[in-house]
Amino acid sequence: MINFWGYSISETRSINYDTNDKSMTEYIARVVPSSKLCIGCGGCTAGCTAGNLTNFNIRKIQMLMKRGENKEAKEQLQKCMLCGKCMLVCPRGVETRKMILEMLNYIKTKLKS
Amino acid sequence: MAKVIIIGGGPAGCEAAHQLANQGIDVELVEKNNETGGNLNNWYQLFPDRKSAKDLNDILKQNLNHPKIQLHLGMEPRKIEKNKEGKFLVPLSDGSLLEGDSLLISTGFKIFDARRKEEYGYGIYENVITSVELENMFYNHSIQMVNGNTPKRIGIIHCVGSRDEKVCNYHCSKLCCITGVKQAIELRELLPDTEIFCFYMDMRMFGPGYEEMYREAQEKYNIKFVRGRLSEAAENLNKQLQIKVEDTLVGKPLRMTLDMMILLVGMESSEGSRQMADTLGLNLAPNGFIKSQDPHYRNNNTNVEGVFVAGCGSAPMNLTDTLADARSAAMSIMEYIKRI
Ligand SMILES: Cc1cc2nc3c(=O)[nH]c(=O)nc-3n(C[C@H](O)[C@H](O)[C@H](O)COP(=O)(O)OP(=O)(O)OC[C@H]3O[C@@H](n4cnc5c(N)ncnc54)[C@H](O)[C@@H]3O)c2cc1C
Ligand code: SF4
Ligand code: SF4
Ligand code: SF4
Repeated sequence: MINFWGYSISETRSINYDTNDKSMTEYIARVVPSSKLCIGCGGCTAGCTAGNLTNFNIRKIQMLMKRGENKEAKEQLQKCMLCGKCMLVCPRGVETRKMILEMLNYIKTKLKS
Repeated sequence: MAKVIIIGGGPAGCEAAHQLANQGIDVELVEKNNETGGNLNNWYQLFPDRKSAKDLNDILKQNLNHPKIQLHLGMEPRKIEKNKEGKFLVPLSDGSLLEGDSLLISTGFKIFDARRKEEYGYGIYENVITSVELENMFYNHSIQMVNGNTPKRIGIIHCVGSRDEKVCNYHCSKLCCITGVKQAIELRELLPDTEIFCFYMDMRMFGPGYEEMYREAQEKYNIKFVRGRLSEAAENLNKQLQIKVEDTLVGKPLRMTLDMMILLVGMESSEGSRQMADTLGLNLAPNGFIKSQDPHYRNNNTNVEGVFVAGCGSAPMNLTDTLADARSAAMSIMEYIKRI
């Protein structure tokens, strides 16, 4: 929400895939190929300790990242405790922990803000 | 000698004719087109094993070279009657009359007319094509936009004309999901640098090897899957498509520009199937396909004694199931003939 002169303008909620920065998802697809296998089942989120205590949702974060919506990843990922529980349940063998580490790595070193 | 009249020379009709003839039964096979094979003539490579559709079609055709099989090409039945002796009288469009002990209806399906889904722009926007037209492009090994450019981003739209009350089709056409996955892989092979998306409501990978193919499409071929139904498309000045879907797994509306949009058109009961139901008094299921007497035990029988159904006249099914259904119908017909 941007506030000026007492009026507020809502930021658009829609994803504009054409203009979004897809560099992070391209990087992740390359270094963690198993991340491409996600089918969005939510198994990872259901068992995630961080997700049960806060609004952190690892399934959603990775899917947003795949559309070039990196903001949420940037804001939320440090809530992950890197326990690896999500990986144990994933029916598609996504190496979630490695994916999270690489996302953190990318955010720190390469992501244009 | 017992005689069976088969209406419809698609894969189901051809396979049933061959099986019945091998059991010594005389077969009259009536096909309205000038060649057999039905919709199989429209496909290039088949899921799940990418076999050439032509090879399978050739096998089915060769099997019709049988002394017990009479082929009537370019012919349609007019009104069909069952006389007092229980024989079926089938007058053909050339004026001849066939007489048989039993009838097999294998009049198949028709492709959903994508123009009925106007908001998707088929027939209006030049780079919107159907999965059927894409098969033809594969046949010619060339995927191009109308202006001759190579598409850089392609969207494949699932459930076009299926699972959609707005076009009066509640049913799932069953095969379009796997067709979409197969076609996405074939597109990737021809276009290594193009971004390819599938927009789906559910991924219905019902057959053996299908889920594995979906997985391979993601991992090896880098096809991206977005869960959400296309609401509408618009064309821009460059003749690209601007689409709106909800990315339902993240809960946000998504907009993107596509160079080419492929509609996975569904299956509907064919005119032939409806005509046969009309002239014979066959029950139709709510989805318009011919209703089987029983979904488990008598699925090739209809409500009319002596009239049987095989293949996509009764429901959308793949070729494996179509051919198995045809063999099963041939068995049911043989039992019937022994009984009368
Ligand atoms: C886009 C798409 C892709 C597909 N790809 C595959 C694939 O890769 N692998 C696979 O396993 N399956 C595939 N299928 C399914 C496959 O096409 C069907 O399983 C098969 O065609 C069904 O055969 P059928 O004989 O029941 O019907 P049809 O193929 O529809 O044949 C019906 C025949 O009856 C004739 N007929 C109709 N009315 C009359 C009449 N009144 N008088 C005389 N003749 C008549 C028609 O001319 C036609 O020859 C695909 C389907 C679609 C929609
Ligand atoms: S590794 Fe992170 S995302 Fe996975 S279960 Fe643990 S806290 Fe949740
Ligand atoms: S458990 Fe695996 S497949 Fe399911 S949403 Fe999480 S990463 Fe994706
Ligand atoms: S098979 Fe898939 S694309 Fe076809 S109607 Fe069913 S869900 Fe939709």
